[in-house]
Order: sequence, then structure tokens, then C-alpha cells
Amino acid sequence: MTTGNRMFLSGNEAVAHAALDAGVALATGYPGTPSTEILEHFSAIGGRAQWAPNEKVALEVGVGAAFGGVRTLVTMKHVGVNVAADPLFTAAYTGVRGGLVLISADDPGMASSQNEQDNRHFGRAAGVPILEPSDSQEAYDMMALALELSEQFGSLFILRMTTRICHSKTVVERRAVPAPDRKAHFERDIPGLVMIPAFARAAHRRLRERLGRVTEWAESAEVNRVVDGDRSLGIITNGISFQHVLEAIPGAMVLKLGMTYPLPRQAITAFVNRVDRCVVVEEGDPFLADSIRAMGLDVEDKPEMYRFGELNVQRVRRILSGDTSPEPVPPKGKPPQLCVGCPHRQTFELLSQLGCIVTGDIGCYTLGVLPPFNAIDTCVCMGASIGVGLGLRHVLPEEEARKVVSVIGDSTFLHSGLTGIVEMVYNRPRTGHTVIVLDNATTAMTGMQEHPGTGRALNHSPAPQVVIEDVVRSMGVDSVEVLDPVKQRGALEKAITDAVASSDLRVIICRRPCILAAAKHKAAEQPVAAPVE
Amino acid sequence: MKTNETINIVFAGLGGQGVLTSSDICAEAAFRSGQDVKKAEIHGMSQRGGSVTSDVRIGGRIRSPMVPEGHADFLVVLSADQVEVVRHQLRPGGVLLSAAAIDPKRLPHPKSLNVALLGLLSTHLQISTLIWLDAIRANLPPHAYEASEHAFLLGRSLAPKTA
Repeated sequence: MTTGNRMFLSGNEAVAHAALDAGVALATGYPGTPSTEILEHFSAIGGRAQWAPNEKVALEVGVGAAFGGVRTLVTMKHVGVNVAADPLFTAAYTGVRGGLVLISADDPGMASSQNEQDNRHFGRAAGVPILEPSDSQEAYDMMALALELSEQFGSLFILRMTTRICHSKTVVERRAVPAPDRKAHFERDIPGLVMIPAFARAAHRRLRERLGRVTEWAESAEVNRVVDGDRSLGIITNGISFQHVLEAIPGAMVLKLGMTYPLPRQAITAFVNRVDRCVVVEEGDPFLADSIRAMGLDVEDKPEMYRFGELNVQRVRRILSGDTSPEPVPPKGKPPQLCVGCPHRQTFELLSQLGCIVTGDIGCYTLGVLPPFNAIDTCVCMGASIGVGLGLRHVLPEEEARKVVSVIGDSTFLHSGLTGIVEMVYNRPRTGHTVIVLDNATTAMTGMQEHPGTGRALNHSPAPQVVIEDVVRSMGVDSVEVLDPVKQRGALEKAITDAVASSDLRVIICRRPCILAAAKHKAAEQPVAAPVE
Repeated sequence: MKTNETINIVFAGLGGQGVLTSSDICAEAAFRSGQDVKKAEIHGMSQRGGSVTSDVRIGGRIRSPMVPEGHADFLVVLSADQVEVVRHQLRPGGVLLSAAAIDPKRLPHPKSLNVALLGLLSTHLQISTLIWLDAIRANLPPHAYEASEHAFLLGRSLAPKTA
């Protein structure tokens, strides 16, 4: 909400507002907690936003738009950057014309993720500068700044957020940010944009020179600031940890790094030399601590136990007092579960009954692992259900191999299941294989986003539809069946039983809409009101 | 309403009960009353019936968006079975406002429990009823306005008139 220029926004909403104010022409991404609301909000306030089938495609579309000279935003969760790593590392070489910002929304503590990887490593590995906000105001300011710097240095920028920044709401002052009127135009630059070895060798050198200029900028940049205080203790920190530090130790001397890659060596050295004791307080891996120690500076790191999970005010106090005693364990809450009436329930009941070895995937349906179903045996990453299932089929003794079934959701299937089907057709296991697509016609886990199979665009308006059974059939599997798991439960039981008994490559699509999405779609079909700011 | 001390409120319940909505309304009311405010929540799994909590911090010099453990001045719990799960968040002398305080028969709609508890909470915070009602309207669909206002005023009428 807004009073004047004062707004109360989540970090995600703040990024969307800054993107709109700074003239972002195109925003794309793939849904993933905690990043999802950025594109939804950008669209709701009038920006042009679209869901890509996966993060790799999203970043490629973003790179193309930025080559065309306009400002572009690409959003994803931390593990999405793994998928997008291929274009990321070479777009770092080519650089960009229009500003390009990649949001990496990390999830320390794994509120809704399969790992808690720290994506600052990507910045260093690829040579892409990283800005890290500590609240919604900084999310707004840094999004606008990242676009400016991206154009100033000709490099894409990563804005690294974390769950607490994305989903916490704080007060934001909306400012006048520079929004140059950029006209899209393609300027041919073969050595700059065609990364064949001869051109890429030079581009690699340009990348390192560019990073040198960014480092120089970072030495005196306002995003890296010192909060003056008692010199007996100095704390170097970043992101949300900065807020925890200010609350845990008011009056301490703090170096708050808004740019965590590349690091300003002189500024950090000066800070460390000004204080008696210097501790690095950061969530996740000891990224800053290791980098600063590698500069030859004597700083303390957090004890290993605080690498795991989120930090908070209590944990920061414990870090600073060197307390490594076991932390109090809060009472266990109620775990989430498949909704009553969820169409996946029938399928998992059957898989459980039939004693299948189920290779699972990423989505609501991963909850099929919990009682009473206990019907998921592996879960690795988006799309892995098919590859992992095939690997097991190849090596297990025949009787066991026949029990292996892969289950994958509709959005996940279009994200990265297609190449799994290609592998299945190409390297066919002797016992065949069975893939069940749990098609609930939405990206349910992240909050019912559209995808290329729903027939609706990001803003729920009608869009061309990719039909999963047509695609799979054309790839050359032996049979494809589409069944309603609730209305055709008997037929589904027979289909799975027959499939695992045969040596065929069978795809069974269990199609029935998510009960939560049904209500949302109904609402979307109502006349749309004018966007509200 | 201007205070120098930060007021810490933790909302808790189960996914689907309106925990996040009630914390949104509360934070918005504080924002509209001119206070500094921060709100934290963890969602993603929230719609699948699991435990959900959301923190709202109002006034004073707020840094972290999360209420430090054992520092909640108010604990608003929408589901009776979640009270023990989150009781450790409450500071000594803090106020527990739970679903047990509201007679479900008097609620205009079973889904309006969250707003009724906000009515009860509102008697402890110096924010005008008008601002509360605006914040409710800003966070709920029009068809829910009437029942929500009714529920809010019901909750507000239940507290001893000392605030």
C-alpha cells in the first residue's frame, strides 16, 4: 500500500516497483520460492512479464533482450541459477548493452527448497558482480542501481536476495530513479557477441578488466558503508545479517557490504585495521570470511554450526560470544501435507499399494513422501525423476527394475522432463519404463502460476498451449494414456499395473486440476479491474 | 500512535486459516497509522495445512524483521493446537490471544476468526478503528468486507475496556 511515496512492500514487491520505475522493458523467469512474486507483482502494476519454461530459457531470453539494448529483469530461485548457469557464464563474457539484472533468490534454512546453496559462489565463478539488499528499501534502491551499473560497466548484475528479504515487508520510500528512454535496436558486433574461441579469448580478458573497474568503483561506493561505533569490535556483514547485527549489538562498528562480489580490498583492509577484533557475520557459506582471509587479513569466522540454516538475532549473539553449545530446539509444528481433495492422493495410494520404487520430482507432490503414502523414494532436482528412474532401470535386477516408476508434475515436466523422455527413447532400458505425469494444470507448489501447458499467460490471459501427450507421443514412446485419477481410479490402477508388467515405454498422464487452482481460475475469468498502485 | 518501544506480535496457526492475512492487516494498520513497521513470514508450504507463523514488529527502532525468540508482547494463535508449539515465543508477562477467546457461534463466518482476533488485539494497540477497517478492506475481497467488519467489532467488544 502507499501513502505518498511511502510504501509498505515485501522485498519482491520492491524489486518489481524499482524495475517499473527504472523502465524495465521485459521481465522473465520461472516460478520458485522465494522469487515468484516479483514477476507477478511487476505484471500487476503494469510491467511486461512472462513465465519461461525454465530458468535457462528465461536467462537466454533476458540476454537477447539486453543485446537488443533494453533494460531486462530475469528472476529465479537459487537452484534455478544452476539450470541457467550455462548462459550465465558466457553472458559474463559477452556483456550486455541494455541493463540486465538476474535475481537469485536464495533460501537459507530451506523453507521450501531441496538445498541451501549459497549463490554468491556463482558471482565469483562466473565473474558477475553481486549486490545484496538488507531490506525492501535496499531491494528497491539496489535494483535500480544494478540496472544503472549494468549499463555503466556493460556487465549483467546479480541481485542476490534471500527468503527473509523477499518475503519480509518493510517501509519503502519510492524515489525518482534514472529511467533512460532506450530504444531497442540490434547493433552488429561479431567479436563481442559471437563466442567462438577466437573471440571468447579476448572476451575473457575484457571480463577480468571489467571486474577490475567494478572493484575500483566498489572501493568508494555508498553500498559498502561503515556504521561507526565502538572500535573494540568490528563486524563485517551483508544482507539480512546486517539487520540482525544492528539489533544484537547496537553500537558495534560495522562494515556493511552491499556489493559482495567483487570485494573492495582497500576498504576492507582499512576497516579491519581500525578495530581490535573483527568478526564476519554472514548467513550460509563463509564466502566473505574466506575471501577476506585470502586477502591476508585476520578476521574471525562464525563457528561451523551457524553455516546451516538462517541467522537471527539470537544466533548472531551466539556467534559473537563464540557460543557453540547446542541450540534450543523449538517444539515441532504440524508438517504440510497434500490437500484433502488433492488429485495426487489417488495416484500415490496406488503407487504405495503396488509397492513401486518411485523416483520423484520437485513440486507439491513431493509431499507424497509423507505418511500415509510413503510413496516417493528419491527427490533430487527439477526433472530428475526421469533420469534417476532410468538409471535405476538400467542397473537393477529385472524384478526390481520393473517396479521403478517416475512421477513428475506438469510444470516440472515442461521445465526439464522433456529431455528425460528423449533419453528414455534413445537409451531404452531392457525392462522399459513408466513415467507418470501428475498434471494438475498449474504450478501449484509456488502458488498456482501458469506454464506453457495451461493455455494461459502469466497474467492468466489466454495463450497458446503446449499439449503434453502430443509432445510425448511425437518423441516415440510406446504408449500414452490420459486418465482422471479420481474419476478413473480403476483404469489408473490397471494402467500402472500393466505398464510395470510390460517392457514398454509408457507415459501415463494423471490429469485433474488442482483444487486450489480451480478457484483461482474462476476468479481470473471475472472481468479484470484496472491495475492498482 | 507513536511509541519508542518496539511492539512485537507473533501470529500463528495452520495453513488456510488466514494467519498471513491477519498479519498483513495488522502491519498495514500500523503502517497507515504512521509507524515504522516490519513484517516477516515464511510461506511456500503454507497452503498445505502446515504450521504457519508471521511476525509483525511495530514502532521504535526496528532492525531485524523477525521477533527474537521469547520477545513477543502478543501471541495471536488461530488454532488451539498450535498454542504450545509457539508459546516459547511469548515474553514473560506477554499476552496470549487465542481462538479460545472467541465463541465460534458468534462469528459471522467461520473464516472470520482471524479478523475477530485482530479486533481483540486492537484493544491493546493505539490504532483507530477507522484505520483498522481500512486495513481490512485493503487486504480482503469486497464480498468479505461485511462479515470481516462484524467479526472485527465482535473481537474488539470482548476485551476489558482498559486499553
